[in-house]
Amino acid sequence: MATPNTPLWEVFIRSRNGLAHKHVGSLHASDATMALQAARDIYTRRGEGLSIWVVPSTAITASDPAEKGMMFEPAETKIYRHPTFYEVPDEVGHM
Amino acid sequence: MSVANIQVSETPQVLYALRRADDALILGHRLSEWCGHAPMLEEDMALSNIALDLIGQARELYTYAAKIEGKDNDEDKLAYLRDVRQYRNLLLVEQPNGDCAQTLVRQFFYSAFADLYWRAMMNSRDATLAAIAAKSEKESAYHLRHASEWIIRLGDGTEESHARAQAAIDYLWAFSGEMFAVDAGERSLIHAGIAIDPEGLRDRWLNTVTGVIGEATLTLPQNDWMQQGGRVGRHSEHLGHLLSELQSMQRTFPGLTW
Repeated sequence: MATPNTPLWEVFIRSRNGLAHKHVGSLHASDATMALQAARDIYTRRGEGLSIWVVPSTAITASDPAEKGMMFEPAETKIYRHPTFYEVPDEVGHM
Repeated sequence: MSVANIQVSETPQVLYALRRADDALILGHRLSEWCGHAPMLEEDMALSNIALDLIGQARELYTYAAKIEGKDNDEDKLAYLRDVRQYRNLLLVEQPNGDCAQTLVRQFFYSAFADLYWRAMMNSRDATLAAIAAKSEKESAYHLRHASEWIIRLGDGTEESHARAQAAIDYLWAFSGEMFAVDAGERSLIHAGIAIDPEGLRDRWLNTVTGVIGEATLTLPQNDWMQQGGRVGRHSEHLGHLLSELQSMQRTFPGLTW
């Protein structure tokens, strides 16, 4: 059990070169160095990563779930924003 | 107990591998005792990871020892069917976990040595030992970093963590000298280029240890009298208890697999 004084950190792992760091979870640690070590020990035990970021959870500003309607619903009716109306020539290959 | 101890033909080379294998197994087992008991999940995982690294090293070294012995023994028999007097590990690694400070100081003293030792052993003329060293070196480097960061925080933390870390250093210091001891058999392996002379690592070890301990606002004892005996099977009372747990399944159900 973590003591209440131990700060929370968010952990991001990049699994391969060229990919973005992806959020994998959180952990408790006293400071950034210890958070990085703990992230290595908890989240990369099975060879998941090549690079780790840890960010203090308090540094994250999150959207308010109560404002979900205002924030995200207007986008749901704008299907023309998806690039699915274009014919991609076969020669382009995988996009 | 119903299963007889095995006999091991301890030629210098077999004994050399066996001693390092026993170090890794016993320390790995000690750390595994924290699994599910550490004060925070993060450290529970960290200590278990280190335990698994060490048990992996032990397996390779036992397998190698059994191979050069050339008898009927294997890694399991060497681990499970030798009595306490047949174990050849350092007294340091069998010392009880105590509190977190004692576990981490023990790990720190050992890892600061193992890090240098495995790096040097990558140049062994014995290809198997050199290969085991190349794998172990990266593991030990991390074990050292992990323990060092904790020593600094415990020592330079609260009044209580400082006192506990200092008590652990005072208790374990006398067990640190055995890592640098060499007997005649090992001397012959050093001359053959199979083993390295640990004496050549002592200054760098002390440098690392003094640096971290100093940063942690802790002090090393002035006392230079050192315990020894583990390498020839004269152990502290703690190892017998450890082995009774480690070996209980194989002693009770011989040849058990799962």
